[in-house]
Amino acid sequence: MAEKPRLKLPKEAKKGDVIEIKTLMPHVMESGQRKDKDGKAVPRKIINKFACEFNGKPVFTANLEPAIAANPYLQFSAKVEESGTFKFTWTDDDGSVITAEEKITVS
Amino acid sequence: MRQLSRRATLALSAGAAALTLTGWNSSAFAAAKEAADDIAKFTGGKTATPGKISIELPEIAENGNTVPLAVTVDAPMTADNYVSDILIVAEGNPNPGVATFHFSAMSGKAEASTRIRLATTQNIVVVAKTSKGEFFTAQKQVKVTIGGCGG
Repeated sequence: MAEKPRLKLPKEAKKGDVIEIKTLMPHVMESGQRKDKDGKAVPRKIINKFACEFNGKPVFTANLEPAIAANPYLQFSAKVEESGTFKFTWTDDDGSVITAEEKITVS
Repeated sequence: MRQLSRRATLALSAGAAALTLTGWNSSAFAAAKEAADDIAKFTGGKTATPGKISIELPEIAENGNTVPLAVTVDAPMTADNYVSDILIVAEGNPNPGVATFHFSAMSGKAEASTRIRLATTQNIVVVAKTSKGEFFTAQKQVKVTIGGCGG
């Protein structure tokens, strides 16, 4: 069920700019609190970790709990000093990892 | 069946209200304690100073399943003075933990937003840690019309 994450960030920026990055990952984020119609608890399945790196250096990471709404949306910022690649990683409870990359040109 | 007098009805409903109130209070108290434990673990027992943090949350959330939350910490975000971690806890949720954000000097701004689930009307507490080891805190109450934890 590896769905494609949605990313929104500028393609170009000036050196030293603080840019805004928006990410959205389609995912059920099953909290483990819900019960199915037989009264059994639906097992927890969430994205528990998100990370953003720029040219291999960490920019922003988040540890997520079941209290994050379905289709986890995260917005944060990054200061860019050089051209390079943002790498985004989402880690699922079942161990699967979804990654995405986006390039930016800094002048 | 005998009709209940007006007075008896009032007394009954008052009793029921008192019961529900105490029931609600005790569970909220337990969750608040768990939330306090989470915060103590995060700060390592240090006290967090109120201030420097602004929390953007709706005053009334009609649907607890997805409540927009934005956190901003007033900090210079330079290489030697930046906000390194932000902890968010919801005192009234079955699990008070919501998220922990980790920033670096490359973040540019100590600011992030997401969408959260809230089970009931409650306080959201945010604690921020700076690279210098200082802690700041802020909280905000949200009224929730429909809870967001299934059932």
